[in-house]
Amino acid sequence: MDDLLSEFLTETSESLSTLDVALVNLEQNPNDPQILGNIFRLVHTIKGTCGFLGLPRLEHVAHAGENVLGKFRDGELEVTPTAVTLILQSIDRIKLILGHLEQNECEPEGSDEDLIAQLNAMADGRPDGSPPPPPPPPMPTFESVAESARAAAPPPPPPPPPPEPEMEMEDDPVPVAPAPVAQQSAVVLTGAAVVTGAPLEAKESAVAAQTIRVNVELLENLMTLVSELVLTRNQLLQMVRGKDDSEFATPLQRLSHITTDLQEGVMKTRMQPIGNAWAKLPRIVRDLSVEMNKKIDLQMLGADTELDRQVLELIKDPLTHMVRNSADHGLEPTDERKRIGKPEVGKVVLNAYHEGGHIIIEISDDGRGLNLDRIKQKAVQNGIATESELETLTPQQIYQFIFKAGFSTAEKVTSVSGRGVGMDVVRTNIEKIGGTVELKSVPGKGSSFIIKIPLTLAIVSALIVECASERFAIPQISVLELVRVTANSEHGIEMINSAPVLRLRDRLLPLVSLKRQLLLSEDTEERQETFIVVTQVGTYTFGIIVDRVFDTEEIVVKPVAPILRHIAMFSGNTILGDGSVIMILDPNGIAGATGESGLLGGAQATDTQATRESHADAKTSLLVFRAGGEDLKAVPLALVARLEEIEVTDIEHSHGKPMVQYRGHLMPLVSIDGSMSFREEGRQPVLVFSDQEHTMGLVVDEIVDIVEDRLRVELSAGSAGIIGTAVIAGKATTIIDAGYYLPQAFGDWFGRNDKEFGNTDFHAPRVLLVDDSPFFRNLLTPLLSVAGYEVISVESADKALILREQGNEFDAIISDIEMPGMSGFEFAVAVRSDARWGAIPMVALSSHATEKDFERGRQVGFNDYIAKFDRDALIQTLASTIAASKGAA
Amino acid sequence: MNQIVPAGKRTSTELAAPETQDFVTMFIEGQLFGIPVLTVQDVLGPQKITRIPLAPREVAGSLNLRGRIVTAIDVRLRLGLKKRAEDKKGMSVVVDMGGELYSLMVDSVGEVLSLPAAKFERNPPTLDLHWREFSIGIYRLEDKLLVVLDVGKLLDFTRNE
Repeated sequence: MDDLLSEFLTETSESLSTLDVALVNLEQNPNDPQILGNIFRLVHTIKGTCGFLGLPRLEHVAHAGENVLGKFRDGELEVTPTAVTLILQSIDRIKLILGHLEQNECEPEGSDEDLIAQLNAMADGRPDGSPPPPPPPPMPTFESVAESARAAAPPPPPPPPPPEPEMEMEDDPVPVAPAPVAQQSAVVLTGAAVVTGAPLEAKESAVAAQTIRVNVELLENLMTLVSELVLTRNQLLQMVRGKDDSEFATPLQRLSHITTDLQEGVMKTRMQPIGNAWAKLPRIVRDLSVEMNKKIDLQMLGADTELDRQVLELIKDPLTHMVRNSADHGLEPTDERKRIGKPEVGKVVLNAYHEGGHIIIEISDDGRGLNLDRIKQKAVQNGIATESELETLTPQQIYQFIFKAGFSTAEKVTSVSGRGVGMDVVRTNIEKIGGTVELKSVPGKGSSFIIKIPLTLAIVSALIVECASERFAIPQISVLELVRVTANSEHGIEMINSAPVLRLRDRLLPLVSLKRQLLLSEDTEERQETFIVVTQVGTYTFGIIVDRVFDTEEIVVKPVAPILRHIAMFSGNTILGDGSVIMILDPNGIAGATGESGLLGGAQATDTQATRESHADAKTSLLVFRAGGEDLKAVPLALVARLEEIEVTDIEHSHGKPMVQYRGHLMPLVSIDGSMSFREEGRQPVLVFSDQEHTMGLVVDEIVDIVEDRLRVELSAGSAGIIGTAVIAGKATTIIDAGYYLPQAFGDWFGRNDKEFGNTDFHAPRVLLVDDSPFFRNLLTPLLSVAGYEVISVESADKALILREQGNEFDAIISDIEMPGMSGFEFAVAVRSDARWGAIPMVALSSHATEKDFERGRQVGFNDYIAKFDRDALIQTLASTIAASKGAA
Repeated sequence: MNQIVPAGKRTSTELAAPETQDFVTMFIEGQLFGIPVLTVQDVLGPQKITRIPLAPREVAGSLNLRGRIVTAIDVRLRLGLKKRAEDKKGMSVVVDMGGELYSLMVDSVGEVLSLPAAKFERNPPTLDLHWREFSIGIYRLEDKLLVVLDVGKLLDFTRNE
């Protein structure tokens, strides 16, 4: 039988038995509003559910009954025994129909006109059983009252129902007699209904008895007990293991089977279809589609997939949030969809299914996909990563940033989403229950989230491994495969700059030594073999090096003591079959402690530094080093992505140019004087510069220090690659032009490979540089200052306008176009619309340099428009625009 | 949510006790310590303990006490003393703190003493800072002094991280 229907039958027969009692009470206390209210509510519920399930006959009867009850409740009708009888009759009729429903899953044929007529008559104040509509003839009122009294009286006299006597009278054994019912006159029919109601009572309780309501807490307790039972069973099995002839073997096996069955059984009691968690979604999506004026089609597949109710509760909110996100951020507005040739109606698909002990829930939309640039901007803005770090990441890795706290890329905060509390909470919630979220996004095609959660929280299967004589459990959910590495196996563990990797089917798998991560003592003896547990966390796959691998075991996860919660490496602990306690490793934590989030380590520092440098007058962090000579050299630290030491033996040559394999890419090495001489042995310090997809290593002899000082280039040098000389920390230091070395490694690093720049002859004109990228601010500030400008740099148009409010004056403004918040175009409009800065020449800097952009730039008030990487043109244009504006003034 | 707060039991260790209070006594390096008898769940002999990597030094590991996981704390290290010599076997007192079980590892566990409030004194100001933090006060016994340990503070690792 349909689940919904059987649930309805159970529920309704429960309500009906309550109703019987309530009605009898009502008759005794006709004016108790509480009882009336109860009855009304029950009938109303029945009516509502019938309408929902498409049971018109039931619905009509219930509706008519409800009308009468409504009048009772409002005091328009007096509660009389006759009236109660009539209500009871309609309830019996409902039972009759229900009985038929239970057997045949459909409503019986026939009509309830008669009963409904009587009820309607009652509701209209005509206490008359006869057909209602024909308007009552002038004076029959009195007579009809008598008649109705007679009509109602015969079946059960004033005190309520007991239908038993009639049973004998009409001994038709067929419980449901639809055909005669339909044709008989009102009075007779009422009797029949009452009669058939009685035998039905026994039947309907059959369904009612099949389900009972149990307190959830009781189920939880049962689950805990079963968990303990499983543990004890495991313990016993462990004891008997290896003793084939044990007399316990057989009973224990039986115990084991029963325990497993019991465990499954109890788990089933806690299972609920995931559709329960989705119930609210259609409404939310509908409201959203109205509010946002989008056409959204929400498809829900696999709603009957069952999972543990505890898990269900925990994922309800994340799911709602994600669907809302997809509908709100993911899908484009209808007109935009039309414009780009997508079907008008956006699709959000929820799909749930089982896969090997886990539930997979996919939430996908066919919208615009995640906005990579926005995420990058936001990541830089929030100090989660620096730009140069971003350049080394793949789009998939960058997408993961949306799971960081305080991250919302919605341009506007709508009432539904975009408040910056979101995906991080989603991820935390899902990880809390041992699940994982994966994210895939294709620009223009849509994005999808894949949630993988264990069926139940209490018992998970885990792989037991050993490392430095300690055992640990790794949840099976994250384990992809096991690789055994021996001294003579084809591929051993290889090292890249002391980072272990493994070649696994044409792919380099980064490895993590559990020993090192957990700071376990290294055992000195050479191992014959080691094992690598290939683990997946989100989209990141890595291998955990362990000493030994045991079997998998069903473990009961217990939370660790509060004083240990801060250790991210563990997600819990458990007791094994042999009674020992072991820690459960958290692959997320291990991944977090190594490469994957390692790039976030210095984020805070670079962020504060970026703001500090936003005022040119403030100090700049400079990296001081020696290269190609004894004199000190320096570059702005912000330009340096990383400092690395490269094993000299790792340096390879290709086309006669030195390079190293670095983070999965080739990184060319450049030396400051072109000599390309490296150390003989050991490690070679290298400054790593990164931009866009390029990474370059500048070979230096020695890294001396990082100092913070005012960067004021006093002598500009004639030689290429040097900006000039400045006094740094009291010593004359050569400031290196990183921009010169980058193109040596890659011709296309900058638009032009020209190292000359025009020196202009002004007495320190003040230039305001507006660019959101710290990279360019740091690159251009020394460049401009050596060209004789006093540079004030800010990271946003808003900040620039604040300077205006403070009364700052400039000779020129250089502004980026693509900036978060106010764009360069908007900024230009704002500048031009105010008298204070209205006349200052403005130069636009942009990586988009098409005719159209030029045109737009001029329209909004830029005097000139320069491609971002064209340093030469910048200097020259700046000089000429300033000269022009001076001349004009 | 699961912060270690000196739970309700703490009050019983406070000086409020009217006449006498019962303490489980234990020894570390010959020094007598006491904790209120009602906080104690179990007294254990040497146990098989699983080390927990990355845990604070004072956390000796965890052990299985009749199906419950108990975190073992080395009270010696907590008090700034040396680790017990390998060859000497210790004992532990299991206490319940906020629903979690902790086993306090000491040298040995003595008898339960009923001590009159009149013999109680606040910590002498000269007491080692470290000890003062974990000690509620001192009882003057006939032949020695008993330091009343503040179990809540002993298990509160958030303060010195």
